[in-house]
Amino acid sequence: SYFLRHARSRNYVSESEVCKLESVPLDFGDYHPLKPITVTESKTKKMNRKGSTSSTSSSSSSSLMDPLSSVLDGTDPLSLFAAAADPVTAAPPTDGARRKRDKDESSAVGSDFEPWSSKRGEILARYTTTEKLSINLYMGSEKGKATTTGSAVSEKVRTRLEELDDLEEGSQKELLNLTQQDYMNRIEELNQSLKDAWSSDQKVKALKIVIQCSKLLSDTTVIQFYPSKFVLITDILDTFGKLVYERILSMCVDNRVPLPDNFSPECVNDTAKETCLNWFFKIASIRELIPRFYVEAAILKCNKFLSKMGISECLPRLTSMIRGIGDPLVAVYARAYLCRVGMEVAPQLKESLNKNFFDFLLTFKQIHGDTVQNQLVVQCVEIPLYLTLYSPAIDWILQCIAYHAPDVLLTEMMERCKKLGNNALLLNSVMSAFRAEFIAARSMDFIGMIKECDESGFPKHLLFRSLGLNLALADPPENDRLQILNEAWKVITKLKNPQDYINCAEVWVEYTCRHFTKREVNTVLADVIKHMTPDRAFEDAYPQLQSIIQKVITYIHDFALLFSVEKFLPFLDMFQKESVRVEVCKCIMESFIKHQQESTKDPVILNALLHICKTMHDSVNALTLEDEKRMLAALINGFIKMVSFGRDFEQQLSFYVEARSMFCNLEPVLVQLIHSVNQLAMETRRVMKGNHSRKTAAFVRACVAFCFITIPSLSSIFTRLNLYLHSGQVALANQCLSQADAFFKAAVSLVPEVPKMISIDGKMRPSDAFLLEFLCNFFSTLLVVPDHPEQGVLFLVRGLLNVIQDYTWEDNSDDKVRIYTNVLHLLSAMTQEAFIYHVDKVDSNDTLYGGDSKFLAEINKLSETVVSQILDHLKTLGKEETLKRQSQLALYFFNTILAHGDLRNNRLNQLSVNLWNLAQKHGFADTKTMVKTLEYIKRQSKQPEMSHFTDLALRLPLQSRT
Amino acid sequence: MGTSLDVRVKRAGKVYRDGEVLSGVVVITSKDTVQHQGISLTMEGSVNLQLSAKNVGVFEAFCNTAKPIQIINSTIEMVKPGKLPSGKTEIPFEFPLQMKGNKVLYETYHGVFVNIQYTLRCDMRRSLLAKDLTKTCEFIVHSLSQKGKLLPSPVDFTITPETLQNVKERASLPKFLIRGHLNSTNCVITQPLTGELVVESAEAAVKSIELQLVRVETCGCAEGYARDATEIQNIQIADGDVCRGLPIPIHMVFPRLFTCPTLETTNFKVEFEVNIVVLLHDDHLITENFPLKLCRM
Repeated sequence: SYFLRHARSRNYVSESEVCKLESVPLDFGDYHPLKPITVTESKTKKMNRKGSTSSTSSSSSSSLMDPLSSVLDGTDPLSLFAAAADPVTAAPPTDGARRKRDKDESSAVGSDFEPWSSKRGEILARYTTTEKLSINLYMGSEKGKATTTGSAVSEKVRTRLEELDDLEEGSQKELLNLTQQDYMNRIEELNQSLKDAWSSDQKVKALKIVIQCSKLLSDTTVIQFYPSKFVLITDILDTFGKLVYERILSMCVDNRVPLPDNFSPECVNDTAKETCLNWFFKIASIRELIPRFYVEAAILKCNKFLSKMGISECLPRLTSMIRGIGDPLVAVYARAYLCRVGMEVAPQLKESLNKNFFDFLLTFKQIHGDTVQNQLVVQCVEIPLYLTLYSPAIDWILQCIAYHAPDVLLTEMMERCKKLGNNALLLNSVMSAFRAEFIAARSMDFIGMIKECDESGFPKHLLFRSLGLNLALADPPENDRLQILNEAWKVITKLKNPQDYINCAEVWVEYTCRHFTKREVNTVLADVIKHMTPDRAFEDAYPQLQSIIQKVITYIHDFALLFSVEKFLPFLDMFQKESVRVEVCKCIMESFIKHQQESTKDPVILNALLHICKTMHDSVNALTLEDEKRMLAALINGFIKMVSFGRDFEQQLSFYVEARSMFCNLEPVLVQLIHSVNQLAMETRRVMKGNHSRKTAAFVRACVAFCFITIPSLSSIFTRLNLYLHSGQVALANQCLSQADAFFKAAVSLVPEVPKMISIDGKMRPSDAFLLEFLCNFFSTLLVVPDHPEQGVLFLVRGLLNVIQDYTWEDNSDDKVRIYTNVLHLLSAMTQEAFIYHVDKVDSNDTLYGGDSKFLAEINKLSETVVSQILDHLKTLGKEETLKRQSQLALYFFNTILAHGDLRNNRLNQLSVNLWNLAQKHGFADTKTMVKTLEYIKRQSKQPEMSHFTDLALRLPLQSRT
Repeated sequence: MGTSLDVRVKRAGKVYRDGEVLSGVVVITSKDTVQHQGISLTMEGSVNLQLSAKNVGVFEAFCNTAKPIQIINSTIEMVKPGKLPSGKTEIPFEFPLQMKGNKVLYETYHGVFVNIQYTLRCDMRRSLLAKDLTKTCEFIVHSLSQKGKLLPSPVDFTITPETLQNVKERASLPKFLIRGHLNSTNCVITQPLTGELVVESAEAAVKSIELQLVRVETCGCAEGYARDATEIQNIQIADGDVCRGLPIPIHMVFPRLFTCPTLETTNFKVEFEVNIVVLLHDDHLITENFPLKLCRM
């Protein structure tokens, strides 16, 4: 059966008047959900408690109080938590933090002290060897001596002695021919077996392992590996020191209350003291000097258990003990370890640090003595290489000394170093360890000293590098700046070895960028190119070259200036490995997007950046990861958005055309280009105030054509659909009617291709929700699209309806019917005398047909078809399992009729009553919704011309669910 | 094992002095009740002397082991015969450490030929069917501080090829000059031996410098006396070719148990010496000997 559909005629203007929200003046202090939430850290819990009680108990007094606002006006749970957590963070029970607090209390070592842990990796990476190493462990070496003790020794003592010596009888092992990696693994094994021995209560074995390990530090064969060996073995010592300390600390636990952080020795019980003392006696009897020193230094902290002055007495003794170490390299590392332990345990004891350095200076001459020289000859190690082995240790000692030290001390240290001959090594360490400001202020002095240094000694390029590092951090006096650069670069440019050169140049580029103009930067870049190009030396220096680029773009944010540095682009040409080149391009683009404030049309910038973007784009291939593509596209899009030729729209368009041909492999870029072109068309319209001249009309059509031919190259179907729609709207707005039609037709013909499932973020999802959304959007646009004179009435709407009809919808989904219902909204809007909205300067169907009865009849016919489809569908839902859907759909349809239908028409009125009943029939209707709907009808009935709603309301029974 | 016996003294270090009271507990653990014929505690202290094979014949070395010299021996009855309940029983005790007459309480010392040891022995006598239980526990005796002030006796030394004795070919020796001092040869046993050593010059490279602590034990008996010097410990103070002209610290802690205040009695003597041993790279060994006098303050 057919129902004649009567659309209610609407007066949109008056309706909107009625429906507009009443604007309520808002008191600024009032609570508002959109009011920015300012989290104020609560200092006291009390305040919050007060707040919460008032909000719960005083409901009578403040009924307006919002439970949320009561939280917001005072403290929110997060900041409350943060406040509560504050005292916790100040004293968490972990050992690390405790140690940190200890330090804070002694007010010496803060976070500005670069810790050892940050040096370790650097040393391990730098001091490597390809030579074979050996580990020599004599676990039972002193066995012979133990047997000399006569039989008169009491049995117990003897067994104890033997235990000490022979815990691992016959475990003397010599591991030869180890590669560096093997060696490191062995040491790690030892570290592990130390922990195992300790946890299985074999304290003596643990001690032996540590002694044997520290003995390895007296071995200087394969000397170039020594710094790394030191790092590895002192790790073990640190572990040991920690284990002993924690063990003794755990013995002090009295009634389950651990000792306070800064306990005094009086609080330590006798057993703990005795144990501690035992450790010290045991260590004092270690025969060899180097293990005895290292092991005692490792447990230096344990002195705290015995006496207040323990550490301050021990440190000087250990310091002078090092004088007995003959090998200067071994000795200086021993000093570094002592300083490291000292800084950790008692940073306030600065005297020992200084003493260590002065002692080192006293023995400095040994480095050039015969013993050392002979050793180097045997090992075939050059002096400059040998000297660099000292750097980590001296750097560390000086860093400890220089930490918060007054300038006077630093000056004194420097003077002392100056006095020694052949002091480049010291000079270098002074520069790496002392404050940058201190060094920078004396730059010219340092350059002078560096120049005087012996060529055959410590490598000069390292000295200049160290100086450069300081100058990157602190500024030298204004007047010296140029001279410093000249002097330094004079030396740097003479460096023969490309690696030495680039390591140095890398550092000085920063200084140059910081203080000088593009001319100097250009000179420096040119020099780098000149040095790195022969023999393709740049291939081994990508990290340094990259860092040079980084530094240049950190300091030069003005891209016009940057690209006017002539050598900048040639410099980029040195990055010939694609991955590196793309990395560099990315950096540059990131910096551009971050720092470019205004859009630009500077041809220099555009050319350069197009070139860079092209490089990035061309790196994309089938193997490129999605993420990488997204990132590249985002960077290119950022660039495209920053390009503007102002009023020169044609130039702008031709830029977009060029960009399209350049970046055709990155879809997001194409999408961006389409949006940009659409925006350009709209901009043109705005400039012409809607009245296109012949020229602008042609231009706009060119824009539209651009979009029309670009969209099909995209792969994502919804992107295409939305862009068609969007571009069609733009075309319509620019009075390009036939072009708009073409877009809409393309969209219509694309709909059948929408797959049921689409991939979103790598997951397959049903596409229906997206399609529904798109179609509703599409229909809304179609309201204002005028009919084509050569096509039939409502050509596009019919076309779309046919497509929807033929589309294979998911079984058991009501999407099709929902769309049909929405089409009814459109059709009712079309019957109005004046449409709800228009496109400026485009005559829509309301004007074209002027309410022609034939037109209305067409619409009615369409409506009938649609309504009958809906009703058919409702009938098919009569089965048990689909009753709920039936109820929902019926109500949806009912609401549509209520909103858009003219209910004075009896048949329509009857239909709505039937739908109402159908919705409630099987008890699936939501009572609340039904009540609300009824209330709405009653409210509406009070409006003029809506009195028939009163009758309607009477005919709509409410079913209470049982 | 049904029943176990343990003796524990209170002090963690187990160190006691003349006139003090040893206190502690005897701990008996058993699953069942323990029937016993009395528990007693015995304090024993003795000097064991052994003659080295070097000075007397091998046979005598075994036979002629001098009788142990008893210093102290006293017993107290802790528990009268009876029963002890099952589980853990702790019986506290206090035992005065007191010498009778004008006998001297020597300090605990573990040497090669002389041993001075103190023990606390707990005996639980049981009926014929069960074995008697015994447990001993060593405790350590420190002598009382010596009266009077210790006079420091610093020693300066210079070692050159010329100062050496027992040299066969003085001409083949490399030239060297080593100077130094010990802060005192009169040492407090709890304080380290200290001093300084400077290698002023040495033609050959130095390999190692060590401090050798030596005990000199003398045992007298009817046939005469035996005197033996043996090493206690060897502490390296320099490793490798040390810097010339830079003072190197001499520092040695006296090991516990293996050292005691220098002791001289009618039957035996315990004395200590230190050797400074310089080892040169061509395996020349230079030794300088210093007798020490140890005391407890």
